Amino acid sequence: MSSTISAVPAPASEERKGLTKKEISADHPTWCPGCGDFSVLALYFKLIEKRKLWHEKITTVAGIGCSSRFPYFVQAHGVHYIHGRALPFASGISLSRPDLHLFVFGGDGDAFSIGGNHFNHTARKNIKLTYVVMDNWVYGLTKKQTSPTSPIGFKSKTDLTGALDQPINPMKQAIAAGATFVARTTHTNPNHVLQMMEAAMDHDGFSFIECLSECVEFYEGAFDSSNPRKGGVFNTVPADHDVTDEIAAYKLAGEPFPGHFGIFYKNTRPTKNANEQKIIAAAREKVNGLKDHQILQKTFDRLK
Amino acid sequence: MSEATLPTQSQGGAPKVSKISEAVIRIAGNSQDGIQAIGGFLARLAGRSEQEVMTFMTIPATISGGPSIFQVRIGSGEVLSSGDDADVLLAFYQHSYEGHIGSLKKGGIVLYDSDHVEAKPELQADYHHVGVPISGLTVEAIGGTAKDKGKNIFALGLIAKMFDLNVPKLEKLVGERFTGKDPSILNNALAAFHAGYSHSLGNVIETFKFVDAAKKNGHQVVMNGNEAIGFGLIAAGVRFGAGYPITPWSDIMELLRRELPKYGGTFVQCEDEIASISMAIGGSYGGRVAVTGSSGPGISLKTEALGWAVMAEIPLIVVDIQRGGPSTGMPTNVEQSDLNIACFGGHGDSPRVVIAPANVEDCFYMAIEAVNIARKYNVPVILISDQAIATRIEAFEEPNLEKVCQDITPDLTPVADHKPYDLSTADGVTARVVPGTRIESGKYPIATGLEHDEMGHPTGSPKLHTQMTAKRRKKLQALGASLPIPKLHGPSEGNVLLVGWGSTEGPIKEAVDRARAAGDSVSSIHIRHINPLPPGLENIFAGFNHVLVVEMNDEGLYGYGQLGGLLRARYGDSKIRGLNKTDGLTFKVKEIVEKARATVATGMRKM
Repeated sequence: MSSTISAVPAPASEERKGLTKKEISADHPTWCPGCGDFSVLALYFKLIEKRKLWHEKITTVAGIGCSSRFPYFVQAHGVHYIHGRALPFASGISLSRPDLHLFVFGGDGDAFSIGGNHFNHTARKNIKLTYVVMDNWVYGLTKKQTSPTSPIGFKSKTDLTGALDQPINPMKQAIAAGATFVARTTHTNPNHVLQMMEAAMDHDGFSFIECLSECVEFYEGAFDSSNPRKGGVFNTVPADHDVTDEIAAYKLAGEPFPGHFGIFYKNTRPTKNANEQKIIAAAREKVNGLKDHQILQKTFDRLK
Repeated sequence: MSEATLPTQSQGGAPKVSKISEAVIRIAGNSQDGIQAIGGFLARLAGRSEQEVMTFMTIPATISGGPSIFQVRIGSGEVLSSGDDADVLLAFYQHSYEGHIGSLKKGGIVLYDSDHVEAKPELQADYHHVGVPISGLTVEAIGGTAKDKGKNIFALGLIAKMFDLNVPKLEKLVGERFTGKDPSILNNALAAFHAGYSHSLGNVIETFKFVDAAKKNGHQVVMNGNEAIGFGLIAAGVRFGAGYPITPWSDIMELLRRELPKYGGTFVQCEDEIASISMAIGGSYGGRVAVTGSSGPGISLKTEALGWAVMAEIPLIVVDIQRGGPSTGMPTNVEQSDLNIACFGGHGDSPRVVIAPANVEDCFYMAIEAVNIARKYNVPVILISDQAIATRIEAFEEPNLEKVCQDITPDLTPVADHKPYDLSTADGVTARVVPGTRIESGKYPIATGLEHDEMGHPTGSPKLHTQMTAKRRKKLQALGASLPIPKLHGPSEGNVLLVGWGSTEGPIKEAVDRARAAGDSVSSIHIRHINPLPPGLENIFAGFNHVLVVEMNDEGLYGYGQLGGLLRARYGDSKIRGLNKTDGLTFKVKEIVEKARATVATGMRKM
């Protein structure tokens, strides 16, 4: 068993029922009443219920920020890591434990500011995991500073007269970095969020969802124009959009807010996980049948 | 060259053959000349001949070219250091000749490439000069196609002749080195070797022959410290790691990247140092202790994540191959100035384990020990080595691999209940349950950097923060109590105790032997477990009037160096003082002896 990077499989278990919302929820969320993140959490529970995932097979990872409190609210193996680095941490799990469903949750600061480079490289490596960024266009946990997605002119405690810097476009960033699944949704449309999460989970590769999630405390009404209940419009990606067309996806991503929602880009490219397994398989073939200490012995014999 | 007298001109006929028990050979040239290869052949040959061997090299920080040396000390008896002064200097260029003749013993032999070096008349009296047109003869031997290629092997032939080395064994080593390459490369190498070997050195010098080494048990393996760490980690069961290139750590990363797939594992090159430690912690969290590592600035970058692993109680191996600092510092020079960051780097109270291998063999076994400590105590372990040990080649008794190789595959058998941060254990040690494990109570753990309760959920409770802080500390105290007491080299009572750590073990021991032979009352201990410290040091210190901590780092603001400062803080003993240096070079034996004498002579005034 020592010869694989994955763990000893658990003994075959009996037929098990899917989990109920009660079984999958842990601490009551610390978010402010009305926060968009509640809806993302509720839909994560729904996904687990619907797809009959088991506690022990789910690992929820987050960095730092309001949204990154997520793992505490989920009754499953979870990790609350340091600011901005949830993706490399999760990559370590993904590459060594292919038996787990891996979900990473975070905010716009975590994903695009302090963790910006990890976002690019995780996408480029196409590591199998799902990353949901709950984008609220503001730093909420630290009480209203400008975020990398804050629009120009947004007044915050660090931009008293309005944000000056060009905001990051998460969708463009993801496409350019080589993400193989790029989708956009908003917390005000629960069915759509669930649909995107399911599609992301089923994707073999790095699947990224930007989920607009309103901060009612520090950026109220930011996404009203995307919410039909607030007089806005919610347009899904046009039916004739070719999700494998990178240029078309990039064009969609460049539309002015509220733009479109849905899967912008999706293609298949070997994952880092699969590529590494290929290297392992080739190396294992050469040492076929040898125990670990025998393989090392062969190497040591050459060091004499 | 002990037992060898000054080489004398033989009275015609065959050169005189002197029996010797050891020799120090320094090869000086440029980094692209393949001088490391000559040194490597000599070291490996010594290993196969059951001799002891130690090497020392300097490499320039430039990408290509620049002066470089390789020194190899081969002995039929115990070899503790790479030797202060060389018996033979092989100089390829004028700068090699002028720059290194000072490192040659008076009466030693300088073998130089007369195509590039002009010998200085004023030096002829002190050193035996042997000029050989190495470059020209190499071209003659193998054709002039590849400029300068092969002159290292030609020189190896000269050395083989001079020391009557075992030619079939050397030919085999050369053959192994070029296996799998174009056969013409091997043919050229062998042609160059034989040309060197059969070149007449004239009758200016005698030749030498090593006395037979004492029979050793089993075989010896020959490798450098970085290789020993890499293979030790593999033996320990590490199957995942992540890193970022930086000198002199990179070799370990490259070795693991190349070797791990054979064992079903993988090593990932990341976008930066922070990603690599994060990915390694993720791998460890996944169940099997993972490794990351770095040198210099890379270690600084990793400290935040390291603190998380302390807080979340996740095992991890961080290899630190120290180099000259701070900042980019001296990337290819040695220093032991990362001890403080290893022990204390990071914010908050974040106790972690720091252990330091003392030689190349120790690198192998301490890598295994690091993994086992990390697993048992669920704590990051910093395996702190340095540039000198990393690049130094030694021969050591081949480990019993069947015995030392271990399987650390995580066990996913369901458990009834689990508290990741259980406070009920006296020593603070909690077993870990990894993801994928079903917990029948339905209550699952969170690994977190926030202060937390026993399940890993956040808390602001003053009482819990106190208890959890104590838990993280108590684990290390329990480890400390279980550590072996360092063994004294020399009597347990005397005037001076030298205390060392890391790569300085050999030179310190040799300094003790030399000083004792001269009538000084000196002993030494070597501390391999630095944080926590082993028990019983105070009793050892009590036997001496002076405790001098020998370190390659600055004496610091208060004059004690880094380990010295730690020992002062721990034992409050005013006898403890520093013996420090910061020239980026390894300690010479005579340096330690002289500095120790001078420090003792100043008395205890420096407080």
